[in-house]
Amino acid sequence: MSVEALDRTQGTAFDVAAIRQDFPILSQRVHGRPLVYLDNAATTQKPTAVLEAIQRYYTTDNANIHRGVHVLSQRATDGYEQARHTVRRFLHAADDREIVFVRGATEAINLVAHSYGSLVLGPDREVLITEMEHHANIVPWQMACERTCARLRVVPITDDGQLDMGAFGALLSERTAIVAVAHISNALGTVNPVSEIVRKAHEVGAAVLVDGAQAAGHMHVNVQEIGCEFYVFSGHKALGPTGIGALYGRLDVLDRMPPYQGGGDMIRTVSFEKTTYNDVPARFEAGTPHIAGAVGLAVALDYLSSVGLDAIEAHEHGLLAYATERLREYSDLRILGSAPAKSGIISFVMDTAHPHDIGTILDLQGIAIRTGHHCAMPLMARLGVPATARASFAVYNTCEDVDALVTGLKRVYDVFG
Amino acid sequence: MSELSELYQEIILDHNRSPRNFRILEDADSQAIGHNPLCGDQITVYIRMDGDRIRDVAFQGAGCAISKASASLMTEAVKGKTLAEAEDLFRDFHHMVTDSPESLPDIERMGKLAAFAGVCEFPARVKCASLAWHTLIAAIKRERQPVSTE
Repeated sequence: MSVEALDRTQGTAFDVAAIRQDFPILSQRVHGRPLVYLDNAATTQKPTAVLEAIQRYYTTDNANIHRGVHVLSQRATDGYEQARHTVRRFLHAADDREIVFVRGATEAINLVAHSYGSLVLGPDREVLITEMEHHANIVPWQMACERTCARLRVVPITDDGQLDMGAFGALLSERTAIVAVAHISNALGTVNPVSEIVRKAHEVGAAVLVDGAQAAGHMHVNVQEIGCEFYVFSGHKALGPTGIGALYGRLDVLDRMPPYQGGGDMIRTVSFEKTTYNDVPARFEAGTPHIAGAVGLAVALDYLSSVGLDAIEAHEHGLLAYATERLREYSDLRILGSAPAKSGIISFVMDTAHPHDIGTILDLQGIAIRTGHHCAMPLMARLGVPATARASFAVYNTCEDVDALVTGLKRVYDVFG
Repeated sequence: MSELSELYQEIILDHNRSPRNFRILEDADSQAIGHNPLCGDQITVYIRMDGDRIRDVAFQGAGCAISKASASLMTEAVKGKTLAEAEDLFRDFHHMVTDSPESLPDIERMGKLAAFAGVCEFPARVKCASLAWHTLIAAIKRERQPVSTE
């Protein structure tokens, strides 16, 4: 490890080497080299505790929830509801009923766009999103606007990748019904001032959905402090399994919302003449949910909390600063996004090679990064690039991983220089 | 790292650096747009026919080294060929980059295109190599909708 690298990691409040031992996938070799996993904004790896919890659930507790009188059903129900409680604590929500289990952030946004959208959108009403949103926080709103004849408006970003807060203020009006914004940009790493956004949106009576897909698990999240009506995240980006995520909705708001999908569990009584719906959150959880996923997610969130979200944020920020500094070694490499508040995501382009070629050359050295448009095509258009290469950090990454990336990029010049 | 030199052969790097027939064909009979939404590659292929024969072919666009070199080498390979010959060549090319080059009865017949044989080791890059060909076929068939690798 280089001297600078040592200096950086001394600031970390936990033992990264010990953390890495909890992630068995990291110890493998890829193309004959030790795996360097830097694609955490796409999905994170899972600690043994999560893998074991899922195995244990299916080995000893598996049953359907909320309906059986038998022991296994009770255990499964307890595990599922305990997981809801864990998510509630993780997001610092006020009430377990404010947590709806969904497949992930995408499904959560679709749920809100459909259900809450049907309450508040219509002609002369507007949804305000931003230029840096992931497609998941664009397309559901486009669809909702089409259904309701509402108008979709877009807050521009500045050249360094921050939201243009002046433009945001100018676009807000009494017509604004919903503001939907990323907590952290998946392509740029910009951390948006969500509390300020919520405060301004509330001044005009708009509700706010915060897409926390890149924030949950990387920083302390307190939905009551943020003050938003909705907060969404995906479990698999926070050390949990795929196919499970959560929607936080403030209780008084969720309570007013109609169901999104119909089926079992979301009803109270059904007759062919009239069906009455269940209370929240069951009203929004039609059908058998991903019980094992919820159980695994709870273990993942507990793992993150035990390491400490503030410590994780500081660690990843240290890696970001170190990587930003080291990547300056390459004069033709340009980092996209230089907002003062950035998370552990670093997007770049090189004159020498296309991001796709960079990705392949790194992969052959065992280094996994993401290349492409990162499901943010409007943002790529704004930045004037077809694609970028992106390295993104998690709790288990080290300065040596950054060193491997920087050294690995030398091969790009060997091939294309 | 031998896979790296297998993939990025000198001829591919050369055609990436200085792509041939990289221009707009002003008097094209037909053109088509191809798009790889996963990586943002976009290409336009122009053709000018002489009866059943491709008299001239050119392309424009942006993409990775594999997609650009593939488009460039394709234009050289199909110029002067009949439509049926071009389609046959694409079938063999696609076979070569998706299966194994050894399974091709006669790789020699591929000429310079054999440089792309290494792509079959990189499933994620097959679409980069075949985008120009899909677009060429669309231009031949005068398809109005842009073709997509997805």
